Amino acid sequence: MSKITPEVIASHGFKADEYAKILEILGREPNLTELGIFSVMWSEHCSYKSSKKWLKTLPTKAPWVICGPGENAGIIDIGDGDAIVFKMESHNHPSFIEPYQGAATGVGGILRDVFTMGARPIANMNALRFGDPSHPKTRHLVAGVVAGIGGYGNCVGVPTVGGETNFHSSYNGNILVNAMTVGLAQKDNIFYSAAAGIGNPVVYFGSKTGRDGIHGATMASAEFDEKSDEKRPTVQVGDPFTEKLLIEACLELMATDTIVAIQDMGAAGLTSSSFEMASKGGLGIEMDLDAVPMREDGMTAYEIMLSESQERMLMVLKPGPEAEAKAKAIMDKWELDFAVVGHLTATGRMVLKRHGEVVADLPIDPLALASPEYDRPWVAPTKRPVIDAKEVKAVCPAEALKTLLACPDLASKRWIYQQYDHMVMGDTVQRPGGDAAVVRIHGKDKAVAITTDVTPRYVLADPYEGGRQAVAEAYRNLSAVGAVPMAITDNLNFGNPEKPEIMGQIVESIRGMGQACRELDFPVVSGNVSLYNETQGVAIQPTPAIGGVGLLEDVNKSVGLAFKEEGSSIVLIGETKGWLGASLYLREICGSEEGAPPPVALHRERRAGELVRQLIGDEQVLACHDVSDGGLLVAVAEMAMASAAHLGAQLDAPSSLPLHAWCFGEDQGRYVLEVRDSDLASVLEEALEHDTAARVIGKTGGHVISVGGRAVRVDELFVANEGWLPAFMGAEMSGH
Amino acid sequence: MKAAVIVFPGSNCDRDVAVALEASMGAKPLMVWHRDTKLPALDVIVVPGGFSYGDYLRCGAMAAHSPIMREVKAKAEAGTRVLGICNGFQILTESGLLPGVLMRNKNLKFICKDVHLRVENAQTDFCRKYAAEQVVRFPIAHAEGNYFADAETFKSMQGNGQIAFRYCSNLGEAAEGANPNGSLDNVAGVYNAKHTVLGLMPHPERLAEDLLGGSDGKAMFDSLVEALS
Repeated sequence: MSKITPEVIASHGFKADEYAKILEILGREPNLTELGIFSVMWSEHCSYKSSKKWLKTLPTKAPWVICGPGENAGIIDIGDGDAIVFKMESHNHPSFIEPYQGAATGVGGILRDVFTMGARPIANMNALRFGDPSHPKTRHLVAGVVAGIGGYGNCVGVPTVGGETNFHSSYNGNILVNAMTVGLAQKDNIFYSAAAGIGNPVVYFGSKTGRDGIHGATMASAEFDEKSDEKRPTVQVGDPFTEKLLIEACLELMATDTIVAIQDMGAAGLTSSSFEMASKGGLGIEMDLDAVPMREDGMTAYEIMLSESQERMLMVLKPGPEAEAKAKAIMDKWELDFAVVGHLTATGRMVLKRHGEVVADLPIDPLALASPEYDRPWVAPTKRPVIDAKEVKAVCPAEALKTLLACPDLASKRWIYQQYDHMVMGDTVQRPGGDAAVVRIHGKDKAVAITTDVTPRYVLADPYEGGRQAVAEAYRNLSAVGAVPMAITDNLNFGNPEKPEIMGQIVESIRGMGQACRELDFPVVSGNVSLYNETQGVAIQPTPAIGGVGLLEDVNKSVGLAFKEEGSSIVLIGETKGWLGASLYLREICGSEEGAPPPVALHRERRAGELVRQLIGDEQVLACHDVSDGGLLVAVAEMAMASAAHLGAQLDAPSSLPLHAWCFGEDQGRYVLEVRDSDLASVLEEALEHDTAARVIGKTGGHVISVGGRAVRVDELFVANEGWLPAFMGAEMSGH
Repeated sequence: MKAAVIVFPGSNCDRDVAVALEASMGAKPLMVWHRDTKLPALDVIVVPGGFSYGDYLRCGAMAAHSPIMREVKAKAEAGTRVLGICNGFQILTESGLLPGVLMRNKNLKFICKDVHLRVENAQTDFCRKYAAEQVVRFPIAHAEGNYFADAETFKSMQGNGQIAFRYCSNLGEAAEGANPNGSLDNVAGVYNAKHTVLGLMPHPERLAEDLLGGSDGKAMFDSLVEALS
């Protein structure tokens, strides 16, 4: 075995104090296999060592929360014995190096986190961030990531029902690929990862182990440099067909009474799955690595333990030949590898054998639980000045609207979601393109609504407000389809936490998120942290992506954003001050990314959400859309473009505000409703009772959007909005 | 009507089509595993969509050689109606039960969206509840749906009413712009010579319920029930 030199220690990513801690835990020098195990267990990706202290402050409980953070995914109770299992996870670094496989295995990994718990995956979502469209790598990355997500999700037969995609130069060297899976389980048949029962067999099943992905978790915890392309061999390769078999085999096995505990092999493969299961159960494991199904000959213990080959699972079975025979028969049916690789012990140690010799003997809890926890220094970001709308250049609202709808962030993402099967499983009630996707619970009248949200430019401008806004927008998007917001998963993407400014973004945005979650009764039930998203010292915009899940008791009552009828009233819910700081108008029209972002008034947010949900439940709303990026005029135009007939809208702007501020201000807590005249009086009355501003701002009709004496055809907006992304991606073909 | 749905490893529209069949016929279809070799007496066999055996080879090529397909072929030859949707269509062409082949989409990408189709032959057990030339809306979701047959075969198919559906505009014009994948003459679905086997790329089972955005697909399952009960 190789000698443990300072170079070997450094190449495993250890700082001197961390290595000293290893020596203290073991009371001796580790061998290479053991050092490798320490390195992946203590990587930022697996240990959350920089963020743990702050993550603990997030609210995670509510009467409907069955399982909060700490397991493979979070679980909420949606009544009738049904539970929803969900989580979002990043695959940023692998996707930048090899976009197709990086994104594909990201989808595979998050699916496994969910079905490991006994849930059938019913929907996938994603939140993607790419660099500036003009950057030479952007098109290649978009094409590869989208094909990878589709290639994997389409084959496993889980619909990809929505997501968000942004472009900004800060992601030029670090794209973000955050994938979310939502699954449906029976409340009384949920599976956890805590091992139990000394002597019980530890079973490996799924794909064979190869040399791919070794040290993926440590790669995901380091900054990139110009040599990052050399890390390509650490990217895993996905096999969605095997994943599909694994889903069916797991669910079939879970219907029998044979499993004690189960865990997928995600980041850090066999190491983290076995350590986590043993640690949660307070037990030890003895494993014979010779029994691990291997793809190639001559693999060392180090390689077997650190491989990140995909589509693999580890479980503890009930004792006795009967359980083993039952499990093996199911794996044989689905043609998956199955091997008893060890058993549980009372020692609290992980003992690994290879070729009859002990190759590692490590205490479990000190590795799994005593990973370093840092209180890294941080500085609060400087507050930016509030921008006065009167100081901002005013341009023709019709022209500005057309420009905004064709900008990369607002342009239609149809080119992307048409490459995803969003209808398989036959329960997609609201497809991609709306505020939230709506997926019916199979065979029932209820549904879940799902959204992913964050506005990174707000978080950069003010991490605290931006953190609050991300949660509030998820709350709003769910309310806009009529769903009661239940819980969120978070995917915190930031730069290098060793820099106090970046650590300040992390601390402040988590504080904002936590406050919003508490005030909106919208707890965090699962999450993932991705740090070191920096290339050559340039950090991404802070991007704490929120995946929100809501419940619709009666799916038939959900509404979409498309205008339905001529001559109905357009009602704006919420208050408009014309906030242009950190807005898209400022960035896309005026070329400035300055100013404080719009503040979120959480009590008003909550009241407005309750109002909108009640109106939708009472069937007084024909269409509903939240007001977010681009402001009011963009929201109205999106409602018009979504209608099959391209129904227009005539708007009356108030004289109290500059027109461009009214049209494009990004004030929070607002919705646009389409309401029949016969329902208008009761809608306004209901708003009054909810102490929420509501005002009629115009009428639907015709085929133009008009405001302030200017007008633009909906068809023309539609062409601009639909045209940008296909034109951008099409150029890729002619360019080569 | 007695119906069976064939389940391959990697099938993923098996449940969806079973739901649509049950809604039309009032009973659950039989789900048949790929390793089975015998089928009971049946009126219709459905080969569903998905990625049979992963489709890492040419789509449907592996499934065409599976144990159950020998039995499906025997049943089809004896007159049992066979419906292949999406991957099922690919499997039926690979098995020789339907003429032609399905190639990569012209744009080389997976496409999932609603398309309009014109019913080209409504006088079959699959389509009797549609009107001739009726325009219907079904979704597509495939990367290999670009239909091709050689000129001689195609001519005889046309002469024999074997073109089942063509991609068209919402007004029923089978124009180039309405062709999502480059299929020969906008062909979306075809029959065998006896009109007892139908294969199509679009998914009738996905729009067979208004809540999901439309129910044009339901008439296909209703047609089978009416014809075969």
